[in-house]
Amino acid sequence: MDFILQPWPWYVSGVLIALVMLVLLLVGKRFGMSSNLRTICSMAGAGRASEFFRFDWKSEQWNLIVILGAVIGGFIASNYLMEPNYQIVLNPETVSNLQEMGFNNAGETYLPTELFGIESISNIKVLAILLIGGFLVGFGARYAGGCTSGHAISGLSNLQRPSLIAVIGFFIGGLVMVHLLFPLIF
Amino acid sequence: MRQLLYLVIGIFFGMVMMKSEAASWYRIYEMFEFKSFHMYGIIGVALGLGIIITQVIKRNQIKSIDGKLIEIAPKERSVSRYIIGGICFGLGWALVGACPGPMYTLIGAGYWSILIVITGALLGTFVYGLLKDKLPH
Repeated sequence: MDFILQPWPWYVSGVLIALVMLVLLLVGKRFGMSSNLRTICSMAGAGRASEFFRFDWKSEQWNLIVILGAVIGGFIASNYLMEPNYQIVLNPETVSNLQEMGFNNAGETYLPTELFGIESISNIKVLAILLIGGFLVGFGARYAGGCTSGHAISGLSNLQRPSLIAVIGFFIGGLVMVHLLFPLIF
Repeated sequence: MRQLLYLVIGIFFGMVMMKSEAASWYRIYEMFEFKSFHMYGIIGVALGLGIIITQVIKRNQIKSIDGKLIEIAPKERSVSRYIIGGICFGLGWALVGACPGPMYTLIGAGYWSILIVITGALLGTFVYGLLKDKLPH
């Protein structure tokens, strides 16, 4: 039991993610998390605005159940499988880089309170960061036809060239954000 | 019954995202700073096993529990949509430190502000649907 409560090493997590992909394939589905966003848009009536959302969303209900499960899994893990005051063991260089950008106590909480603390939402800049970041994730995932799970894990596992191009794109975007834009934003 | 199975898969996935720290903004930042092996290790192991799983399924023509052959449809050929879309995704991923799976996990963990990120992601998906025919693919 103690092992479960400790932070999981990367090789354990990697195996478990592959297991999720395998089980989804065996039940006749695919490992792709971003499709639920399109399903929700369609459910909410976006089909009136674009043909892209005109499909039988009921046939895609399974991915809504999976994300409902992901919410419950997050609740169980954070409340019962993690020590209170859980800390993320970051590279000391990461901690000092973040300190310079105004992120104090990096790693002492699961997410930086400067961005995700409930009181930070009243800050218009933080609100804009979260909204724009989310927008880019949703827009980019649909444009590229998949996200980390669909391209970086299942697509690359199938040795698909499009997924390799998409993952190169993910990294170009991530590197530009962290190295060129973070100094301007934070 | 099938619904329950999807729910269990989702719960397991959510626990893994949380416990692996793949849902932590800090880990995504650190990955793009090349300051830690953690995320590369997770993705590397998942991918290595994923390649083996996919090859075994294809070569042995393994069927799903519905009795249908498991086929992974190839993605359409293009460069522009994957590179431009991928860059947009990467910019957002690094900024909010969460991709579409972990976002939901974080609601369960009690980070209510992630709902703003999800609202943004839904808007982004909607706007893509509106502009789809005007964008290079």
